Amino acid sequence: MGLERVFADEPAFVPYVAAGDPTYEESLEYVEALERGGADVIELGLPFSEPIAEGSTIQEAVVRSLEGGMTPDRYFEFVEDLDVDVPLVCMTYYNLIAQYTHPETGETGPRAFARRASEVGIEGFVVVDLPAEEAGPLREACDEFGQDLVFIIAPTTKGERLERMREHVSGYVYVQARLGVTGARDDVSDQTEESLARVDDWAVPKAVGFGIKTGEHAERIVAAGADGVIVGSALVDIVADGADPDVDQPFPETVQRLESKARELKEGALAGAERAAAERSD
Amino acid sequence: MSTDETFGEYGGQFVPESLMPAIEELTEAYERYVLDNEDGFMDEFRRRLADFGGRPLPLQHAESLSDRYDTEVYLKREDLLHGGAHKLNNALGQVLLAKYMGKERIIAETGAGQHGTATAMAAAHLDMPCEIYMGETDIRRQRPNVFRMKINGAEVNPVTTGRGTLKEAISETMRDWATTVETTHYVIGSVVGPAPFPAMVRDFQAVISEEAREQVQEKAGRLPDSVLACAGGGSNTMGTFHHFVDDEDVGLYAVEAGGSSLEVDEAEGVAPNSASLSTGDEGVLHGARTKLLQDSHGQIMESHSVSAGLDYAGVGPELAHLVDEDRVDAVNVDDDSALEAFHRLSQDEGVIPALETAHAFGYLKEHHDELGDLVIVNVSGRGDKDLETVLEETEKRDLDVAPDMSVLRDAAGSGGDL
Repeated sequence: MGLERVFADEPAFVPYVAAGDPTYEESLEYVEALERGGADVIELGLPFSEPIAEGSTIQEAVVRSLEGGMTPDRYFEFVEDLDVDVPLVCMTYYNLIAQYTHPETGETGPRAFARRASEVGIEGFVVVDLPAEEAGPLREACDEFGQDLVFIIAPTTKGERLERMREHVSGYVYVQARLGVTGARDDVSDQTEESLARVDDWAVPKAVGFGIKTGEHAERIVAAGADGVIVGSALVDIVADGADPDVDQPFPETVQRLESKARELKEGALAGAERAAAERSD
Repeated sequence: MSTDETFGEYGGQFVPESLMPAIEELTEAYERYVLDNEDGFMDEFRRRLADFGGRPLPLQHAESLSDRYDTEVYLKREDLLHGGAHKLNNALGQVLLAKYMGKERIIAETGAGQHGTATAMAAAHLDMPCEIYMGETDIRRQRPNVFRMKINGAEVNPVTTGRGTLKEAISETMRDWATTVETTHYVIGSVVGPAPFPAMVRDFQAVISEEAREQVQEKAGRLPDSVLACAGGGSNTMGTFHHFVDDEDVGLYAVEAGGSSLEVDEAEGVAPNSASLSTGDEGVLHGARTKLLQDSHGQIMESHSVSAGLDYAGVGPELAHLVDEDRVDAVNVDDDSALEAFHRLSQDEGVIPALETAHAFGYLKEHHDELGDLVIVNVSGRGDKDLETVLEETEKRDLDVAPDMSVLRDAAGSGGDL
């Protein structure tokens, strides 16, 4: 069974960070801190130079990582160097997949990328600019190598498009909580419940992302029916503080803050599940 | 009728999911209003192009250039379109379409500022609020157009990421659109982006070749041997070529910016040119599969041209396809040649071309012997916006054709106002 397994018993906490942000070595420790804090799946960003779906927080993370020399092959090396047991999902943009050349076979394109990813243990992909209509070659490669292809459902996704995506999605469905680009917010969108209702009868778990910042947000999202929460910018903000000389946040403190934030979000998700169960029993 | 989503292997719709419903809505509107002329949309578009835009525009016989090159040279004068560039054809079409679609707000990106200016003008003309994203570098080198956008009532949002040029402005506009997609139309400024934009923008710009094809037969009694147009994203190129594509004896030349060199510095992620048709590789950027300046990993390179309007790492997918099919020749000239051509056309014909356009004239100078006896060059826009850049760049070079500008320096030295 694929990524569905991690949502089976309790709500999942799915953090995102960009691999190599701000440096390769620091980033390894940050990812491991997220696992200690309770991550169930980690969406590990492979940075692309034109991240059109990201807000400024993740955009700046991408710049830091690329300036540190991150490339797709370095990314796969990074995954091999990681000491984590939870499943990893590669989150990226399609051009890096389309251009990828496998170092040993010389093959180019989605199959080569999926193959190399499977060799280092990546279990799935979220490709931000790849709608279901264009996903055929990567979907086939995922099937061949036993990986999941996660799609994002936006608040604007309705009707036939929703049905088309239902056919292609596997692992979990990424429910975008609000319109726009990524970024931490101070409130939880009212669109979330409506968005969840649209995929209520889908067979895959539903993980909600975009704008989730606190344990309380996570609790409300899970209480509203989500099987998991995806959090990126709130974590990348902590990484950014660690990379900012003006903030003067020592490296061990960044690691500690990330672990604590992860724990807060995981506990929020668990509390949300309890709240939902209590409401059901009422 | 249906839309062209792909051109051979190029094109497509590679965008975040939040934008896909808007792309579908736009596709439907394009088919109904543009292709099927529902509610008389195309009639209104053409009427406004005439009354507001000033079309049809002349195909001028260029006497001095014809003598100089011993070739009959005709200029398609898009610089005479309202706003000073071909950009209004597309901007007016899209803002009007947004109105028909019931959208409440217009956003656009701009490089040289001509598309921003045209969009701001069209939005003011059609009473729509308008915001323009423009890279900081381009704001500095295209100040007159920034003034014009502001004067027409548009907001101009500076983009500070990357090198602050067109590529970054497009990414930033897509971010805005992802947030506001239900009420906002994104007026893409060239034949780039996800389908249906490349086909739709081409259709709005095709009025250039429709007129030119009729006019050249009227004036010269036959079709041209060659048609030249400069190519950045490719909207004036596709507009100028479209009605000649089936005329297989007419050579079509897309003239790109060779910048300072065709070499690239992969380690720095910089291409010192914007010649994506000539030197780029297939990839996916800003919603479409096309030819791109990218490194071996697929990261998009920063491009360069003395002309802000050509300074883009990608190109329209249809143009990439026509080059692969050998229907269009992708050629390029460097910054020096474009600057020289800028001065030559200004002096020989009294037409001050945009720096973009000057690339096409640079190619004419270098290759007129190979282009046949009858050549049309599209004057994609006028050069007023580029005068500060031309002054600065000319001073760095030793160009025989450049005028002596010391009168300006003297005036500045004595407290004069440049």
